[in-house]
Order: sequence, then C-alpha cells, then structure tokens
Amino acid sequence: MIRRLLIVNRGEIALRIVRAAQESGLVSIVAHSEADTDTLAVQRADEAVCIGPAQAAKSYLNIPAIIEAAKACQADAVHPGYGFLSESADFAQAVKEAGMVFIGPDAEIIARMGDKAMARQTAIEAGVPVVPGSPHAVKGLDDALTVVESVGFPLLIKAAAGGGGRGIRVAEDRDALAKQLPLAQAEAQASFGDGRVYLERFISRARHIEVQVLGDGKRAVHFFERECSLQRRRQKVFEEAPSPALDSATRKALCESAVALAEHVGYVGAGTLEYLFDDATGEFFFIEMNTRIQVEHPVTEMVTGFDLVREMIRLACGQPLRMAQEDIALKGWAIEMRINAEDPDRDFFPSPGKVETLIWPAGPGIRIDSGLYEGYKMPPFYDSLVAKLIVWDEDRESALKRAGRALDEFHLEGFSTTASLHRRLVEDPAVKEGAFDTTFLERWLAEPASNHSNVKEVIDEQ
Amino acid sequence: MTQQEIQAPFPGMFYRKPSPDEPVYVEEGQVVQVGDVIGLVEVMKQFVELKAEISGTLVSFAAGNETVLEAGDVIATLEVSE
Repeated sequence: MIRRLLIVNRGEIALRIVRAAQESGLVSIVAHSEADTDTLAVQRADEAVCIGPAQAAKSYLNIPAIIEAAKACQADAVHPGYGFLSESADFAQAVKEAGMVFIGPDAEIIARMGDKAMARQTAIEAGVPVVPGSPHAVKGLDDALTVVESVGFPLLIKAAAGGGGRGIRVAEDRDALAKQLPLAQAEAQASFGDGRVYLERFISRARHIEVQVLGDGKRAVHFFERECSLQRRRQKVFEEAPSPALDSATRKALCESAVALAEHVGYVGAGTLEYLFDDATGEFFFIEMNTRIQVEHPVTEMVTGFDLVREMIRLACGQPLRMAQEDIALKGWAIEMRINAEDPDRDFFPSPGKVETLIWPAGPGIRIDSGLYEGYKMPPFYDSLVAKLIVWDEDRESALKRAGRALDEFHLEGFSTTASLHRRLVEDPAVKEGAFDTTFLERWLAEPASNHSNVKEVIDEQ
Repeated sequence: MTQQEIQAPFPGMFYRKPSPDEPVYVEEGQVVQVGDVIGLVEVMKQFVELKAEISGTLVSFAAGNETVLEAGDVIATLEVSE
C-alpha cells in the first residue's frame, strides 16, 4: 500500500484529490507552479512542492521536474488529475520507472486508447459499435463509392492525421463526394504531410453520452452514463446523470458495451467511454476513451454514492474491485454546472481577477468543488474553470429547480463567470425537456436572448 | 513627435513571437502600420493578438518575451508618424 501521494495538478481537481487522499489515510502532497503557491489545494494539502515557473510547459507538463520533485518528497504514488499529463503514456511510464505507482492505467493502455484509430479497432474487436466508416484509407472515387454503400450520406471525409476538428469535410451526396475527395486528400497532404483520408457517417444531430467505468485488470463495472451534450466550442458546459434520452433497454446495452470494452483491454482504474447517441435512430457509437478521472465525475458520484477518486487510488495499488455490478444503482438525478471565469456577455472572453466577495450556495443536495476563496487572485495562465456547482435531487425536474435555487444563492464579486448563463439555461424549455444535442448550446447562444421564452416571461412581468 | 504607450488590455503572458522558434513580430525601431500584430497576450489558454492602433515607429519594448503582465502594464512605446 502507498503512504505518500503526490498530486500533480491544480485548481479544484487538486483539492478534490487532496480530500480523497486524506480520507484514504494518505499524506497528500500538492505539486504546484510558482503561480500557484496560494491555492486552496496547497493550503489544504499536508505538504506542497514547487515544480517550476508559471507556464505549464515548465511546471505541470515538465516530466523530469515532476519526477525529481516526487523523489525529493519521497512520494510513492502520483495522481495526475485531468488535463496536463493525465493521458501522457510517457509520464505514466516515467512514474513507474521511478518506482512509484501511477494512479491510472498502464502506459501501454493509455497509448492504445489515446490513438483514435487503435481505440476504434479495439472497440470493434470488443463488439462495441463505432461510427460506420471505411475500414481503411480510401484511394480514389471508385474505392470511396464502394464504402458509401455501407456508410451512407451525408458523410465526413476525415484526414487520417487530423484531429480536434481539423481536416474534416462534409459530403451530402455523390456529386459532393466526387468534388470534395481530391480536395480533402490534397489538403490533408498539405496540412499534415499525410494525404490519407477516411470516410465516416456524418451524424449531424447527436448527443454526447459517456459511460463511467472502473476496472481492476480482470473485471470491470460501470457507473451508468453522463449526458454532456451542452457544449460550446467542443467544451462541456453543463452535464447531468443519468441521460434524459435513454430508455432502460438502451441504457443497459450502452453501459454493458462499455464494460465489454474495458474488460477486453484489461482496464485498471477509472475510465470514461464517450459515445455519440443518435436520437432519431436510438443508435449509439463509441468515439473515444478517456483514461483518467473526468471533470464531470461528481454527477456520477451523486447518483451512485461511490467515491470514484478513492476507488481509483485503491485500484492503482492493485486491489480488486470492491463492488459487483448489482451493487451499483442509480438514485435520483444530478447536474453539474461549470462555473468558468469567462464573460458570457463578451463572447466568453476570459475574465481573471480577484475574489472580492464569495457566498456559496448550501442546503440539501448541493456540492461545490472549487478552489476559490475570498481574497484569492486567479493567475491568468491556466484553464478558466474555477468552480463546479453540482446539485442532486430525486428527479430531473426537481434537480433543475434546485440548480436555479443554488445559482440564486451563489454570489461572487470580483470577476464575471458563466453562472448567469446557467441561470438562463435551467429555465429554458428545451433544456427542461432534455431536448438537445451537441449543436444546441451554440445555436441557443447565437439567438437574441429575447427569443428565449424564459426571458420573455420576465420581460412580460415587468 | 508624439509618443504612445501600448498597454496590456488584460492580465496575461506576453509573447513577442508567434511561436518559440519563429522571429519576433516586430523589432525595436521598426515601422508599424495600423493593425500590424506586435505581440500575443495569453490569458487562460486563449491567445489574443495585440495590434498597433496607430501607425508609427516602435521605439522600444518595456515587456520582454514571456513577461507576465497585469492589465494596464506598458508593453511598448510607439512614436506616432506625423
């Protein structure tokens, strides 16, 4: 068993892990940059160690500096949190080679699931549905047209070497494909030095639904799904568990597919399998796996009652899963609202500043994961997520009402946050009905606020 | 001759180059036109181009590459073209 856990992260997740470490009887040590000496995580941790200058590349991403600090403070395990080095196979390997436990899966699994093509192939082997697409790079139009028979239109032409939304073209029909294919190949060659392109079905209106799993290398269990369709620029804004879109048969099939994939790779630790869900057909397709704890893990903890961070520490130490699938039940509904230091009225421009006044919401069903405190001055170097406001209630309707109540109690002076956006979202009729897909939020933000019926009501009342 | 100070519009990290391996946007003593990029300010993982609002000669930089700025800090001094 381990005794001293080095936490290589910052903000709310560093604090979250400090809490789990202390509850697990471990000495918590926070590795921080020069800009983060006054964070709440550093204050609450048993010990702290500086790993370099403010810029993440020189501190939170600096593997040699972190390993050196870990040795100097006699850590025997390292938790990477999310972001930064959490999905770096090199980092996981370096931690292991230094004789410490990495709180996550082995480097080999991180590398395998981090490569999109390999992850897709692994899913196919495990019998998990993937977005229909060409099994290999398409050569010319004739080759592409044979693939179209199984993929259908509209389809995406994706550069093999692309990523993060780059190198993708849409073709609605045969003519468009004939025109776009050579352009896409030339563009891929020019942009990525690799002209190979794949075809994939374009699911224009899909939900983003993901399944939380834990594995001990032999067995895996799921903790049901999270719905994360409300996104802006591919960043999740508002998440909930369970998903309002699934019936129990679909939920069972989805979650069991995630377990099958996790068991197929002998997964160890906490992982999340992301899927696209097509409301129109009820089909789900695996897209990728995240081999770390995720920002939105609290909604799963709220509806299942398990502490995922404590469990992942146990699993990394080689302990077997403590629960059987039938021990994990869904209870009630949970919502997470990401409070970012961004100004919704200025196109979400970052709004760093000092916390002048802070009053958190409280009362039944409220959980706050945040490193903010009065007098804290946020450094401008890192992510804008400053708090997660999580609410639980018996059902979805009550949870949305409670979320509104919690947002009304929340009071922060010093800088703008996205809390005002959430206050409008929880009153929106489409959100109340759970009728949205991954394009909803950006369309909703592009509309004049006066079109939103909840705002109209307020105006009518005045 | 009128001199204008170019100030940081918000806190962040100032960069004189588009990336570490590339040359600086503007050398000291160089003439810049309205809209020319003179540096980048990174704030919470967003990069914002800092552009000249007036034409003139960029006399000197008060902020070096990778300097941490507070809002209002002087980045450079520009001598306005007559």
